[in-house]
Amino acid sequence: MTALITRPVATMVVVFARALTAVRAIWPESGPPMRPCVYFANHSSHGDFILIWAVLPPWMRSRTRPVAGAEYWLATKLKRFIGLDVFNAVLIERDREKRTGDPIARMAEVLDDGSSLILFPEGTRNETDQPLLPFKSGLFNLATSRPEIDLVPVWIDNLNRVMPKGEIVPIPLICTVTFGEPLRLLPDESREDFLARTTAALLSLSPKSQGAAE
Amino acid sequence: MNEARSDLILLLIGTGGFLALASLIGTVLKLRLSPDGSNTTIENLNARINAWWVMVVLIGLAFIAGRIGVVILFAFCSFAALREFVTLTNTRRADHWALAAAFFVVLPIQYYLVAIEYYGLYSIFIPVYAFLFMPIISVLRGDAERFLIRIAEVQWALMICVFCASHVPALLSLDIPGYAGKNVLLIAFLIIVVQMSDVLQYVWGKLFGKTKIAPKLSPSKTVEGFVGGVASATLVGAGLWWITPFSPLQAAGLALTIAIMGFLGGLVMSAIKRDRGVKDWGHLIGGHGGLIDRLDSVVFSAPIFFHIVRFGWSLT
Repeated sequence: MTALITRPVATMVVVFARALTAVRAIWPESGPPMRPCVYFANHSSHGDFILIWAVLPPWMRSRTRPVAGAEYWLATKLKRFIGLDVFNAVLIERDREKRTGDPIARMAEVLDDGSSLILFPEGTRNETDQPLLPFKSGLFNLATSRPEIDLVPVWIDNLNRVMPKGEIVPIPLICTVTFGEPLRLLPDESREDFLARTTAALLSLSPKSQGAAE
Repeated sequence: MNEARSDLILLLIGTGGFLALASLIGTVLKLRLSPDGSNTTIENLNARINAWWVMVVLIGLAFIAGRIGVVILFAFCSFAALREFVTLTNTRRADHWALAAAFFVVLPIQYYLVAIEYYGLYSIFIPVYAFLFMPIISVLRGDAERFLIRIAEVQWALMICVFCASHVPALLSLDIPGYAGKNVLLIAFLIIVVQMSDVLQYVWGKLFGKTKIAPKLSPSKTVEGFVGGVASATLVGAGLWWITPFSPLQAAGLALTIAIMGFLGGLVMSAIKRDRGVKDWGHLIGGHGGLIDRLDSVVFSAPIFFHIVRFGWSLT
Protein backbone atom coordinates (compact mmCIF):
# COMPACT_ATOMS: atom_id res chain seq x y z
CA MET A 1 0.00 0.00 0.00
CA THR A 2 2.77 2.46 0.89
CA ALA A 3 4.30 1.57 -2.50
CA LEU A 4 1.51 3.67 -4.04
CA ILE A 5 3.03 6.73 -2.36
CA THR A 6 6.72 5.81 -2.16
CA ARG A 7 7.13 4.82 -5.82
CA PRO A 8 5.93 8.19 -7.20
CA VAL A 9 7.94 10.05 -4.53
CA ALA A 10 11.08 8.11 -5.48
CA THR A 11 10.45 8.84 -9.18
CA MET A 12 9.93 12.54 -8.43
CA VAL A 13 13.17 12.73 -6.46
CA VAL A 14 15.07 11.09 -9.33
CA VAL A 15 13.45 13.34 -11.96
CA PHE A 16 14.27 16.41 -9.85
CA ALA A 17 17.89 15.30 -9.35
CA ARG A 18 18.26 14.70 -13.09
CA ALA A 19 16.66 18.04 -14.03
CA LEU A 20 18.98 19.88 -11.67
CA THR A 21 22.26 18.10 -12.37
CA ALA A 22 21.84 16.46 -15.81
CA VAL A 23 23.71 13.63 -14.07
CA ARG A 24 25.59 11.24 -16.32
CA ALA A 25 26.99 7.83 -15.46
CA ILE A 26 30.42 6.79 -16.68
CA TRP A 27 30.72 2.98 -16.53
CA PRO A 28 33.91 0.96 -16.75
CA GLU A 29 34.45 -1.26 -19.81
CA SER A 30 32.83 -4.19 -18.04
CA GLY A 31 29.59 -2.19 -17.74
CA PRO A 32 27.17 -2.07 -14.79
CA PRO A 33 27.62 -4.93 -12.28
CA MET A 34 25.19 -7.78 -12.90
CA ARG A 35 25.33 -9.33 -9.42
CA PRO A 36 24.75 -7.88 -5.95
CA CYS A 37 27.72 -5.73 -4.99
CA VAL A 38 28.82 -2.99 -2.62
CA TYR A 39 29.15 0.47 -4.19
CA PHE A 40 31.53 2.54 -2.10
CA ALA A 41 31.53 6.28 -2.82
CA ASN A 42 32.90 9.62 -1.70
CA HIS A 43 30.48 11.47 0.55
CA SER A 44 30.05 15.24 0.46
CA SER A 45 26.29 15.79 0.32
CA HIS A 46 23.04 14.28 1.56
CA GLY A 47 22.10 13.83 -2.09
CA ASP A 48 24.98 11.47 -2.85
CA PHE A 49 23.07 8.22 -2.81
CA ILE A 50 20.19 9.79 -4.75
CA LEU A 51 22.59 10.58 -7.57
CA ILE A 52 23.95 7.00 -7.62
CA TRP A 53 20.41 5.73 -7.52
CA ALA A 54 19.37 8.04 -10.38
CA VAL A 55 21.98 6.69 -12.79
CA LEU A 56 21.41 2.99 -12.02
CA PRO A 57 19.22 1.14 -14.54
CA PRO A 58 15.67 1.13 -13.07
CA TRP A 59 15.59 -2.65 -12.47
CA MET A 60 18.69 -2.33 -10.29
CA ARG A 61 17.35 0.59 -8.24
CA SER A 62 14.82 -1.37 -6.23
CA ARG A 63 17.57 -3.85 -5.30
CA THR A 64 20.12 -1.23 -4.25
CA ARG A 65 19.96 0.06 -0.69
CA PRO A 66 21.95 2.93 0.83
CA VAL A 67 23.64 2.43 4.20
CA ALA A 68 22.95 5.46 6.37
CA GLY A 69 23.19 6.68 9.94
CA ALA A 70 20.16 5.79 12.04
CA GLU A 71 20.57 8.85 14.29
CA TYR A 72 20.04 11.19 11.34
CA TRP A 73 17.36 9.35 9.39
CA LEU A 74 15.16 8.46 12.37
CA ALA A 75 15.23 11.99 13.79
CA THR A 76 11.98 13.26 12.25
CA LYS A 77 8.89 11.74 10.63
CA LEU A 78 9.77 13.16 7.22
CA LYS A 79 13.34 11.83 7.33
CA ARG A 80 12.05 8.46 8.49
CA PHE A 81 9.60 8.37 5.57
CA ILE A 82 12.27 9.34 3.02
CA GLY A 83 15.01 7.16 4.48
CA LEU A 84 13.07 4.03 5.34
CA ASP A 85 10.03 4.01 3.08
CA VAL A 86 11.21 5.75 -0.08
CA PHE A 87 14.85 4.72 -0.27
CA ASN A 88 14.67 1.56 1.83
CA ALA A 89 17.89 2.51 3.59
CA VAL A 90 19.80 0.07 5.77
CA LEU A 91 20.08 2.13 8.94
CA ILE A 92 23.17 1.70 11.07
CA GLU A 93 23.61 2.90 14.63
CA ARG A 94 26.89 4.73 14.51
CA ASP A 95 27.34 5.17 18.26
CA ARG A 96 29.31 2.15 19.50
CA GLU A 97 28.19 2.64 23.09
CA LYS A 98 24.49 2.70 22.46
CA ARG A 99 24.03 0.32 19.56
CA THR A 100 22.23 -2.96 19.96
CA GLY A 101 22.97 -4.89 16.75
CA ASP A 102 26.13 -5.54 14.75
CA PRO A 103 26.12 -3.23 11.70
CA ILE A 104 28.37 -5.52 9.63
CA ALA A 105 26.10 -8.52 10.22
CA ARG A 106 23.13 -6.35 9.24
CA MET A 107 24.78 -5.32 5.94
CA ALA A 108 25.89 -8.87 5.19
CA GLU A 109 22.32 -10.04 5.69
CA VAL A 110 21.08 -7.55 3.08
CA LEU A 111 23.72 -8.75 0.61
CA ASP A 112 22.69 -12.37 1.26
CA ASP A 113 19.13 -11.38 0.39
CA GLY A 114 20.31 -10.42 -3.09
CA SER A 115 20.39 -6.63 -2.70
CA SER A 116 23.31 -4.30 -3.40
CA LEU A 117 24.55 -1.70 -0.92
CA ILE A 118 25.67 1.90 -1.29
CA LEU A 119 28.29 2.58 1.37
CA PHE A 120 30.19 5.75 2.24
CA PRO A 121 33.42 4.43 3.80
CA GLU A 122 34.45 7.88 5.06
CA GLY A 123 31.65 7.44 7.58
CA THR A 124 30.54 11.05 7.47
CA ARG A 125 30.23 13.90 5.01
CA ASN A 126 33.53 15.34 3.90
CA GLU A 127 33.49 19.09 4.45
CA THR A 128 37.23 19.62 4.21
CA ASP A 129 39.31 20.63 1.20
CA GLN A 130 40.80 17.13 1.06
CA PRO A 131 39.35 14.95 -1.70
CA LEU A 132 38.66 12.11 0.77
CA LEU A 133 38.63 11.59 4.53
CA PRO A 134 40.44 8.50 5.89
CA PHE A 135 38.24 5.43 5.42
CA LYS A 136 36.68 3.85 8.50
CA SER A 137 37.02 0.12 9.01
CA GLY A 138 33.45 -0.69 7.92
CA LEU A 139 34.36 -1.49 4.32
CA PHE A 140 37.17 -3.82 5.44
CA ASN A 141 35.01 -5.59 8.01
CA LEU A 142 32.24 -6.09 5.46
CA ALA A 143 34.73 -7.40 2.86
CA THR A 144 36.14 -9.79 5.46
CA SER A 145 32.69 -11.02 6.32
CA ARG A 146 31.70 -11.51 2.63
CA PRO A 147 34.98 -11.85 0.67
CA GLU A 148 33.24 -13.07 -2.51
CA ILE A 149 31.29 -9.80 -2.97
CA ASP A 150 32.41 -7.28 -5.60
CA LEU A 151 33.32 -3.82 -4.26
CA VAL A 152 32.66 -1.11 -6.85
CA PRO A 153 34.29 2.32 -6.34
CA VAL A 154 32.00 5.25 -7.30
CA TRP A 155 33.18 8.84 -7.61
CA ILE A 156 30.44 11.49 -7.37
CA ASP A 157 31.64 14.74 -8.87
CA ASN A 158 30.35 18.27 -8.30
CA LEU A 159 27.35 17.54 -6.06
CA ASN A 160 29.03 19.35 -3.16
CA ARG A 161 28.91 22.54 -5.28
CA VAL A 162 25.22 22.01 -6.09
CA MET A 163 24.25 22.12 -2.44
CA PRO A 164 27.05 22.89 0.03
CA LYS A 165 26.40 22.21 3.71
CA GLY A 166 24.10 24.75 5.29
CA GLU A 167 22.56 26.01 2.03
CA ILE A 168 18.86 25.48 1.39
CA VAL A 169 18.57 26.29 -2.30
CA PRO A 170 20.41 23.94 -4.69
CA ILE A 171 22.00 25.47 -7.77
CA PRO A 172 21.94 23.62 -11.08
CA LEU A 173 25.37 22.27 -12.06
CA ILE A 174 26.31 19.27 -14.16
CA CYS A 175 27.31 16.22 -12.10
CA THR A 176 28.92 12.95 -13.10
CA VAL A 177 28.97 9.58 -11.37
CA THR A 178 32.00 7.50 -12.36
CA PHE A 179 32.02 3.76 -11.63
CA GLY A 180 35.31 1.88 -11.44
CA GLU A 181 36.23 -1.78 -12.01
CA PRO A 182 35.14 -4.02 -9.10
CA LEU A 183 37.68 -4.93 -6.39
CA ARG A 184 37.79 -7.74 -3.84
CA LEU A 185 39.61 -8.38 -0.61
CA LEU A 186 42.85 -10.26 -1.41
CA PRO A 187 43.77 -13.33 0.66
CA ASP A 188 45.83 -12.29 3.71
CA GLU A 189 45.48 -8.59 2.87
CA SER A 190 45.88 -6.40 5.94
CA ARG A 191 43.34 -3.79 6.94
CA GLU A 192 45.76 -0.94 6.16
CA ASP A 193 46.70 -2.31 2.73
CA PHE A 194 43.08 -2.95 1.84
CA LEU A 195 41.93 0.52 2.88
CA ALA A 196 44.85 2.13 1.04
CA ARG A 197 44.06 0.16 -2.12
CA THR A 198 40.34 0.97 -2.05
CA THR A 199 41.05 4.64 -1.31
CA ALA A 200 43.44 4.82 -4.27
CA ALA A 201 40.90 3.08 -6.54
CA LEU A 202 38.23 5.61 -5.58
CA LEU A 203 40.53 8.62 -5.91
CA SER A 204 41.69 7.52 -9.37
CA LEU A 205 38.11 8.04 -10.63
CA SER A 206 38.06 11.72 -9.65
CA PRO A 207 38.30 14.01 -12.73
CA LYS A 208 40.85 16.11 -10.86
CA SER A 209 43.26 13.20 -10.37
CA GLN A 210 42.69 12.15 -14.01
CA GLY A 211 43.50 15.70 -15.14
CA ALA A 212 46.71 15.61 -13.11
CA ALA A 213 47.74 12.29 -14.64
CA GLU A 214 47.45 13.50 -18.24
CA MET B 1 -5.07 29.04 -43.19
CA ASN B 2 -3.25 32.37 -43.19
CA GLU B 3 -0.08 33.17 -45.06
CA ALA B 4 2.25 32.96 -42.03
CA ARG B 5 0.94 29.51 -41.16
CA SER B 6 1.31 28.19 -44.69
CA ASP B 7 4.86 29.61 -44.97
CA LEU B 8 5.76 28.02 -41.64
CA ILE B 9 4.35 24.65 -42.60
CA LEU B 10 6.11 24.79 -45.98
CA LEU B 11 9.35 25.57 -44.16
CA LEU B 12 8.90 22.70 -41.67
CA ILE B 13 8.12 20.27 -44.50
CA GLY B 14 11.18 21.49 -46.38
CA THR B 15 13.39 21.06 -43.30
CA GLY B 16 11.93 17.61 -42.66
CA GLY B 17 12.64 16.64 -46.26
CA PHE B 18 16.20 17.96 -45.97
CA LEU B 19 16.78 15.94 -42.77
CA ALA B 20 15.19 12.86 -44.35
CA LEU B 21 17.70 13.19 -47.19
CA ALA B 22 20.53 13.58 -44.64
CA SER B 23 19.31 10.48 -42.76
CA LEU B 24 19.17 8.54 -46.06
CA ILE B 25 22.74 9.56 -46.93
CA GLY B 26 23.88 8.75 -43.39
CA THR B 27 22.27 5.30 -43.55
CA VAL B 28 23.78 4.52 -46.97
CA LEU B 29 27.23 5.64 -45.76
CA LYS B 30 26.86 3.47 -42.66
CA LEU B 31 25.79 0.42 -44.66
CA ARG B 32 28.62 0.81 -47.17
CA LEU B 33 31.51 2.05 -45.05
CA SER B 34 30.77 1.24 -41.42
CA PRO B 35 28.34 -1.72 -41.14
CA ASP B 36 29.84 -2.72 -37.77
CA GLY B 37 29.79 0.83 -36.39
CA SER B 38 33.58 1.13 -36.33
CA ASN B 39 33.94 4.32 -38.41
CA THR B 40 33.70 7.05 -35.79
CA THR B 41 33.20 9.89 -38.31
CA ILE B 42 30.13 8.18 -39.79
CA GLU B 43 28.79 7.16 -36.39
CA ASN B 44 29.17 10.76 -35.23
CA LEU B 45 27.50 12.05 -38.41
CA ASN B 46 24.48 9.81 -37.80
CA ALA B 47 24.33 10.75 -34.12
CA ARG B 48 24.32 14.40 -35.19
CA ILE B 49 21.56 13.87 -37.76
CA ASN B 50 19.41 12.06 -35.17
CA ALA B 51 19.95 14.91 -32.69
CA TRP B 52 18.94 17.33 -35.44
CA TRP B 53 15.61 15.52 -35.81
CA VAL B 54 14.94 16.02 -32.09
CA MET B 55 15.94 19.69 -32.23
CA VAL B 56 13.85 20.42 -35.33
CA VAL B 57 10.80 18.69 -33.85
CA LEU B 58 11.16 20.70 -30.61
CA ILE B 59 11.58 24.00 -32.46
CA GLY B 60 8.73 23.13 -34.82
CA LEU B 61 6.39 22.38 -31.89
CA ALA B 62 7.40 25.66 -30.21
CA PHE B 63 6.71 27.58 -33.43
CA ILE B 64 3.28 26.00 -33.76
CA ALA B 65 2.55 26.78 -30.08
CA GLY B 66 3.34 30.43 -30.84
CA ARG B 67 4.96 33.16 -28.74
CA ILE B 68 4.70 31.42 -25.38
CA GLY B 69 6.06 28.17 -26.81
CA VAL B 70 9.11 29.91 -28.29
CA VAL B 71 9.81 31.91 -25.09
CA ILE B 72 9.57 28.77 -22.92
CA LEU B 73 11.78 26.75 -25.29
CA PHE B 74 14.53 29.37 -25.21
CA ALA B 75 14.18 29.87 -21.45
CA PHE B 76 14.95 26.16 -21.05
CA CYS B 77 17.83 26.44 -23.53
CA SER B 78 19.22 29.32 -21.44
CA PHE B 79 18.84 27.26 -18.27
CA ALA B 80 20.74 24.30 -19.72
CA ALA B 81 23.40 26.56 -21.25
CA LEU B 82 23.90 28.50 -18.01
CA ARG B 83 24.22 25.21 -16.13
CA GLU B 84 26.94 24.05 -18.55
CA PHE B 85 28.74 27.38 -18.32
CA VAL B 86 28.66 27.75 -14.53
CA THR B 87 29.86 24.15 -14.11
CA LEU B 88 33.16 25.22 -15.70
CA THR B 89 33.66 28.40 -13.64
CA ASN B 90 35.68 29.04 -10.47
CA THR B 91 32.77 29.89 -8.21
CA ARG B 92 33.09 29.42 -4.46
CA ARG B 93 30.73 28.82 -1.56
CA ALA B 94 30.29 32.59 -1.17
CA ASP B 95 28.73 32.80 -4.66
CA HIS B 96 25.96 30.37 -3.78
CA TRP B 97 23.22 32.98 -3.40
CA ALA B 98 24.38 34.94 -6.44
CA LEU B 99 24.25 31.76 -8.54
CA ALA B 100 20.86 30.78 -7.16
CA ALA B 101 19.66 34.28 -8.10
CA ALA B 102 21.11 33.92 -11.61
CA PHE B 103 19.18 30.69 -12.24
CA PHE B 104 15.97 31.30 -10.36
CA VAL B 105 15.49 35.09 -10.46
CA VAL B 106 17.46 36.75 -13.27
CA LEU B 107 16.71 34.11 -15.92
CA PRO B 108 12.93 33.96 -15.34
CA ILE B 109 12.66 37.77 -15.13
CA GLN B 110 14.57 38.24 -18.39
CA TYR B 111 12.29 35.80 -20.23
CA TYR B 112 9.19 37.29 -18.61
CA LEU B 113 10.24 40.72 -19.87
CA VAL B 114 10.76 39.26 -23.34
CA ALA B 115 7.34 37.58 -23.16
CA ILE B 116 5.59 40.87 -22.32
CA GLU B 117 7.72 42.68 -24.97
CA TYR B 118 9.15 45.24 -22.54
CA TYR B 119 12.09 46.23 -24.76
CA GLY B 120 13.10 49.17 -22.55
CA LEU B 121 13.80 46.83 -19.66
CA TYR B 122 14.86 43.49 -21.17
CA SER B 123 17.57 45.23 -23.20
CA ILE B 124 19.24 46.61 -20.05
CA PHE B 125 18.11 44.30 -17.25
CA ILE B 126 21.18 42.01 -17.25
CA PRO B 127 23.81 44.53 -18.48
CA VAL B 128 22.80 47.07 -15.80
CA TYR B 129 20.78 45.60 -12.93
CA ALA B 130 22.17 42.06 -12.79
CA PHE B 131 25.63 43.54 -13.39
CA LEU B 132 25.33 45.71 -10.26
CA PHE B 133 23.38 43.43 -7.95
CA MET B 134 25.07 40.06 -8.54
CA PRO B 135 28.46 41.19 -7.15
CA ILE B 136 26.60 42.85 -4.26
CA ILE B 137 25.00 39.52 -3.35
CA SER B 138 28.42 37.83 -3.55
CA VAL B 139 30.30 40.45 -1.56
CA LEU B 140 27.88 40.24 1.36
CA ARG B 141 29.39 36.84 2.20
CA GLY B 142 32.74 38.51 2.80
CA ASP B 143 34.99 36.23 0.71
CA ALA B 144 37.46 38.30 -1.34
CA GLU B 145 39.49 35.43 -2.77
CA ARG B 146 39.62 35.66 -6.58
CA PHE B 147 36.64 38.00 -6.28
CA LEU B 148 36.99 39.82 -9.60
CA ILE B 149 37.38 36.54 -11.51
CA ARG B 150 34.32 35.06 -9.83
CA ILE B 151 31.95 37.97 -10.42
CA ALA B 152 33.23 38.48 -13.97
CA GLU B 153 32.61 34.84 -14.80
CA VAL B 154 29.06 34.87 -13.48
CA GLN B 155 28.25 38.08 -15.36
CA TRP B 156 29.75 36.70 -18.56
CA ALA B 157 27.74 33.50 -18.15
CA LEU B 158 24.53 35.52 -17.77
CA MET B 159 25.30 37.75 -20.75
CA ILE B 160 26.03 34.85 -23.09
CA CYS B 161 23.59 32.21 -21.91
CA VAL B 162 20.62 34.37 -20.92
CA PHE B 163 20.87 37.91 -22.32
CA CYS B 164 22.15 37.08 -25.81
CA ALA B 165 20.08 33.90 -26.14
CA SER B 166 16.89 35.77 -25.16
CA HIS B 167 17.29 37.95 -28.28
CA VAL B 168 16.08 35.01 -30.34
CA PRO B 169 12.52 35.02 -28.90
CA ALA B 170 12.76 38.84 -28.65
CA LEU B 171 12.51 38.87 -32.47
CA LEU B 172 8.81 38.14 -31.92
CA SER B 173 8.29 41.60 -30.42
CA LEU B 174 9.41 43.52 -33.53
CA ASP B 175 6.63 45.37 -35.33
CA ILE B 176 7.38 45.22 -39.05
CA PRO B 177 4.80 46.77 -41.42
CA GLY B 178 3.24 44.16 -43.69
CA TYR B 179 4.83 41.34 -41.68
CA ALA B 180 2.37 41.10 -38.76
CA GLY B 181 1.99 37.61 -37.32
CA LYS B 182 4.97 36.29 -39.28
CA ASN B 183 7.82 37.15 -36.88
CA VAL B 184 8.35 33.53 -36.00
CA LEU B 185 9.75 33.15 -39.52
CA LEU B 186 12.53 35.64 -38.60
CA ILE B 187 13.62 33.17 -35.93
CA ALA B 188 13.47 30.37 -38.48
CA PHE B 189 15.62 32.49 -40.85
CA LEU B 190 18.20 33.19 -38.15
CA ILE B 191 18.43 29.61 -36.90
CA ILE B 192 18.48 28.01 -40.35
CA VAL B 193 21.20 30.36 -41.66
CA VAL B 194 23.42 30.05 -38.57
CA GLN B 195 23.08 26.29 -38.26
CA MET B 196 23.44 25.71 -42.01
CA SER B 197 26.55 27.85 -41.85
CA ASP B 198 27.95 25.56 -39.12
CA VAL B 199 26.99 22.41 -41.03
CA LEU B 200 28.30 23.69 -44.36
CA GLN B 201 31.57 24.85 -42.79
CA TYR B 202 31.92 21.31 -41.44
CA VAL B 203 31.13 19.78 -44.86
CA TRP B 204 33.39 22.15 -46.84
CA GLY B 205 36.13 21.68 -44.27
CA LYS B 206 35.88 17.86 -44.45
CA LEU B 207 35.92 17.91 -48.28
CA PHE B 208 38.45 20.63 -49.11
CA GLY B 209 39.92 21.80 -45.80
CA LYS B 210 43.70 22.25 -45.88
CA THR B 211 44.70 25.58 -44.30
CA LYS B 212 43.96 25.82 -40.60
CA ILE B 213 42.38 29.16 -39.74
CA ALA B 214 42.96 29.14 -35.96
CA PRO B 215 45.23 26.18 -35.13
CA LYS B 216 45.62 27.16 -31.49
CA LEU B 217 41.91 27.63 -30.82
CA SER B 218 40.02 25.21 -32.99
CA PRO B 219 42.16 22.80 -35.04
CA SER B 220 39.17 21.55 -37.04
CA LYS B 221 38.34 24.97 -38.53
CA THR B 222 39.91 25.70 -41.93
CA VAL B 223 39.98 28.68 -44.30
CA GLU B 224 38.34 26.54 -47.00
CA GLY B 225 35.57 25.48 -44.61
CA PHE B 226 35.04 29.05 -43.44
CA VAL B 227 34.86 30.63 -46.92
CA GLY B 228 32.81 27.82 -48.45
CA GLY B 229 30.48 27.56 -45.46
CA VAL B 230 29.83 31.27 -45.06
CA ALA B 231 29.37 31.77 -48.84
CA SER B 232 26.92 28.89 -49.15
CA ALA B 233 25.06 29.95 -45.96
CA THR B 234 24.72 33.42 -47.55
CA LEU B 235 23.14 31.78 -50.59
CA VAL B 236 20.83 29.74 -48.34
CA GLY B 237 19.79 33.00 -46.63
CA ALA B 238 19.19 34.73 -49.97
CA GLY B 239 17.09 31.76 -51.06
CA LEU B 240 14.95 32.16 -47.94
CA TRP B 241 14.06 35.83 -48.69
CA TRP B 242 10.42 34.83 -49.29
CA ILE B 243 9.89 34.06 -45.59
CA THR B 244 11.39 37.43 -44.51
CA PRO B 245 10.51 41.12 -44.86
CA PHE B 246 13.83 41.56 -46.76
CA SER B 247 14.64 41.72 -50.47
CA PRO B 248 16.84 38.84 -51.75
CA LEU B 249 19.90 41.11 -51.65
CA GLN B 250 19.12 42.29 -48.10
CA ALA B 251 18.53 38.69 -47.03
CA ALA B 252 21.95 37.77 -48.44
CA GLY B 253 23.61 40.66 -46.58
CA LEU B 254 21.99 39.72 -43.28
CA ALA B 255 22.80 36.04 -43.80
CA LEU B 256 26.45 36.97 -44.45
CA THR B 257 26.52 39.07 -41.26
CA ILE B 258 25.03 36.39 -39.03
CA ALA B 259 27.16 33.62 -40.55
CA ILE B 260 30.34 35.61 -39.84
CA MET B 261 29.18 36.49 -36.33
CA GLY B 262 28.35 32.83 -35.76
CA PHE B 263 31.81 31.76 -36.91
CA LEU B 264 33.53 34.32 -34.66
CA GLY B 265 31.29 33.34 -31.75
CA GLY B 266 32.31 29.73 -32.25
CA LEU B 267 35.96 30.82 -32.04
CA VAL B 268 35.38 32.74 -28.80
CA MET B 269 33.60 29.80 -27.19
CA SER B 270 36.37 27.44 -28.38
CA ALA B 271 38.95 29.66 -26.69
CA ILE B 272 36.97 29.40 -23.43
CA LYS B 273 36.80 25.61 -23.73
CA ARG B 274 40.59 25.48 -24.32
CA ASP B 275 41.15 27.71 -21.31
CA ARG B 276 39.00 25.41 -19.15
CA GLY B 277 40.61 22.27 -20.56
CA VAL B 278 37.49 20.63 -22.00
CA LYS B 279 36.60 19.45 -25.50
CA ASP B 280 32.84 19.94 -25.26
CA TRP B 281 30.61 22.01 -23.02
CA GLY B 282 28.64 18.97 -21.93
CA HIS B 283 26.89 15.84 -23.14
CA LEU B 284 23.30 16.98 -23.57
CA ILE B 285 23.06 16.46 -27.34
CA GLY B 286 24.29 13.12 -28.68
CA GLY B 287 27.12 13.58 -31.22
CA HIS B 288 27.22 17.36 -30.78
CA GLY B 289 28.42 17.68 -27.18
CA GLY B 290 26.72 20.18 -24.90
CA LEU B 291 23.93 22.60 -25.68
CA ILE B 292 26.40 25.52 -25.86
CA ASP B 293 28.34 23.64 -28.56
CA ARG B 294 25.23 23.94 -30.74
CA LEU B 295 24.06 27.34 -29.48
CA ASP B 296 27.36 29.27 -29.47
CA SER B 297 27.01 30.70 -32.99
CA VAL B 298 23.31 31.53 -32.43
CA VAL B 299 23.94 33.56 -29.27
CA PHE B 300 26.62 35.65 -30.95
CA SER B 301 24.54 36.42 -34.01
CA ALA B 302 21.09 36.84 -32.39
CA PRO B 303 21.56 40.30 -30.76
CA ILE B 304 23.25 41.74 -33.87
CA PHE B 305 20.52 40.37 -36.15
CA PHE B 306 17.87 41.64 -33.72
CA HIS B 307 19.25 45.19 -33.68
CA ILE B 308 19.82 45.44 -37.43
CA VAL B 309 16.24 44.34 -38.10
CA ARG B 310 14.90 46.56 -35.33
CA PHE B 311 16.62 49.70 -36.64
CA GLY B 312 16.12 48.90 -40.31
CA TRP B 313 12.62 47.47 -40.48
CA SER B 314 10.72 47.70 -37.20
CA LEU B 315 8.44 50.48 -36.00
CA THR B 316 9.04 49.78 -32.29
